[in-house]
Amino acid sequence: MTVKYTEEHEWVKVDGDTGIIGISVYAAKALGDVVYVELPEIGRDMAKGDEAAVVESVKAASDVYTPVAGEVIAVNEALEDAPETVNASPEGEGWFLKIKIKDAGELDALMDAAAYKSFCDGL
Amino acid sequence: MNNQGRPTTPAAIAANGNAPETMSGSKALNQVEKLIFEVGTPQNTGVDLPAPKGGASRLGAHARQGEIGLPGLSEPETMRHYVRLSQQNYAIDLGVYPLGSCTMKHNPRLNEKIARMPGFADVHPLQPVQTKQGALEVMYDLSHWLMTLCNMPAVALTPKAGAHGELCGMMAIRARLDADGETHRRRVLVPESAHGTNPATAVQCGFNVDEIPANDKGRVDMTALRAKLAEKSDDIAGIMLTNPNTCGLFENDIIEIADLIHQAGGYFYCDGANFNALVGRVRPGDLGVDAMHINLHKTFSTPHGGGGPGSGPTVLSDALKDYAPVPYVVKSDNGFDLVEHVEGEAAASFGRMCAFHGNMGMYTRALSYMMSHGSDGLKQATEDAVLNANYVQASLSDVMTTAFDGTCMHEALFDDRFLKDTGVETLDFAKAMIDEGYHPMTMYFPLVVHGAMLIEPTESESKQELDRFIRSMRHLAAKAKAGESEMFKAAPIHAPLRRLDETRAARKPVLRWTPPEDLLDAAE
Repeated sequence: MTVKYTEEHEWVKVDGDTGIIGISVYAAKALGDVVYVELPEIGRDMAKGDEAAVVESVKAASDVYTPVAGEVIAVNEALEDAPETVNASPEGEGWFLKIKIKDAGELDALMDAAAYKSFCDGL
Repeated sequence: MNNQGRPTTPAAIAANGNAPETMSGSKALNQVEKLIFEVGTPQNTGVDLPAPKGGASRLGAHARQGEIGLPGLSEPETMRHYVRLSQQNYAIDLGVYPLGSCTMKHNPRLNEKIARMPGFADVHPLQPVQTKQGALEVMYDLSHWLMTLCNMPAVALTPKAGAHGELCGMMAIRARLDADGETHRRRVLVPESAHGTNPATAVQCGFNVDEIPANDKGRVDMTALRAKLAEKSDDIAGIMLTNPNTCGLFENDIIEIADLIHQAGGYFYCDGANFNALVGRVRPGDLGVDAMHINLHKTFSTPHGGGGPGSGPTVLSDALKDYAPVPYVVKSDNGFDLVEHVEGEAAASFGRMCAFHGNMGMYTRALSYMMSHGSDGLKQATEDAVLNANYVQASLSDVMTTAFDGTCMHEALFDDRFLKDTGVETLDFAKAMIDEGYHPMTMYFPLVVHGAMLIEPTESESKQELDRFIRSMRHLAAKAKAGESEMFKAAPIHAPLRRLDETRAARKPVLRWTPPEDLLDAAE
């Protein structure tokens, strides 16, 4: 499965036409202890860059944008009771939502893991 | 033991293996105080009321079935409880309070004296107009001062806080757009460093928010703004911009920004939260502003710290003034009157935001502040606030790292680069300030600055007081760099309570006290 990253520190893991979306290790570390996650409704249609979720930490509340367009098909409900999962495993069990990707071509504009790493190193 | 797991009886405290240095837990003047539910019991009461006269209850099934368990305390117990709590609190009357947001400046006692005069304090909004002419005159004169200081032709006094004022301004913009048939204009530009209430207000009014990035000088990125407008502008409803912005910097391009937005057919909402850095020096009306709220509880020194009543009068330009909410005060040959209904002169008004006339006590205090300072005094307060912030910035810039180059306005913004590799974070630094006897500054805001520390000293502080504060800050910066991170991680050690588990408090908040079993039994 390919994983792609955005400059806003979201990642999308591509599995066929399904995209799993979350925030990167860098983002989780910068936010600090996550205390609350607001997830979208299943069935919502989102354009690329739309606000997909909200993540709140002890320091700040931030929007999570969808890296590619699609329809929400699942959300990680476990985060509601255990938001700390985002800190423990941001790019694994701490995923936010799954979407049905509308246009796989949009993935091409995103960074791969190596490009994202050098992007973060430059920050 | 209470339901937070905190032992409360002497035996339990001792058994906990965590015995305090004194048996009572108090340290001289620093008194331990329990929750009011733990201090009082339902068996006690501080009042002696006769049984109510009258016939049988007609509540039927709604009559109370059991005790409600309110704590009962005698008057001295009640006084002690609240005085002890107040002594554990930090206040502007105790020391420097560089938090900034809303009124951390001095509230002159004169304001309090004036606001308590019976003619102001004991009026009721439903009294006949001819019996409250003095109160209406205060509102009229306050409106005059605000319009004059802003060079704007109208002001809506009723909004009850800054965010309510934003709502007023954005509703006026929406009403104007709708009246002009421009219902396709729904996009509002908001800088990424904005107060969180700005995008929230825009969305509440049915607009979509489009973020504008900041440049490396902490101001609106004009290239990005021009590009956005060039790409598409026929859907622009307006812009919401704070000036000075949340980085404490003046938006130098504000006139060009206003022109660009007006050329695009939109309106300019200025967040006036930081107007205290401009009063007497800059008039928003001269900058092309269409609507701006003024935090009376900050700029004009009405008490607000700790969540007291706010007041967010909103000035409006010629383009928006017809849409102002009711009520407002008018003056005629017969004295002062209130326009209360959306008809006649107020036909275009978008309606009413408050049941009555807003927070009268704030109007009286603000007008008292303005009249006692005079226009020259207001201007000097502005200049002193900016001077004090720059004094703090200049006195700390060699040991801390300023977020942006150049002079600041009313607040000095530092980032956490000076703490790099020390093991100390912004939060730890702030906690150590508590031990030094200061309330911490604003932390981690604005979000565009890493580990932000935003210090607003206000004009209230003398040079001696600022020097004391600066000495403490330099001392802490030196300790952090000397590798004393353990001291920071343990801080605060002198506060009534030590480091609190803020993460757990946010994740698993305990919002309700539940009585222990024995108390429940006793109440039955």
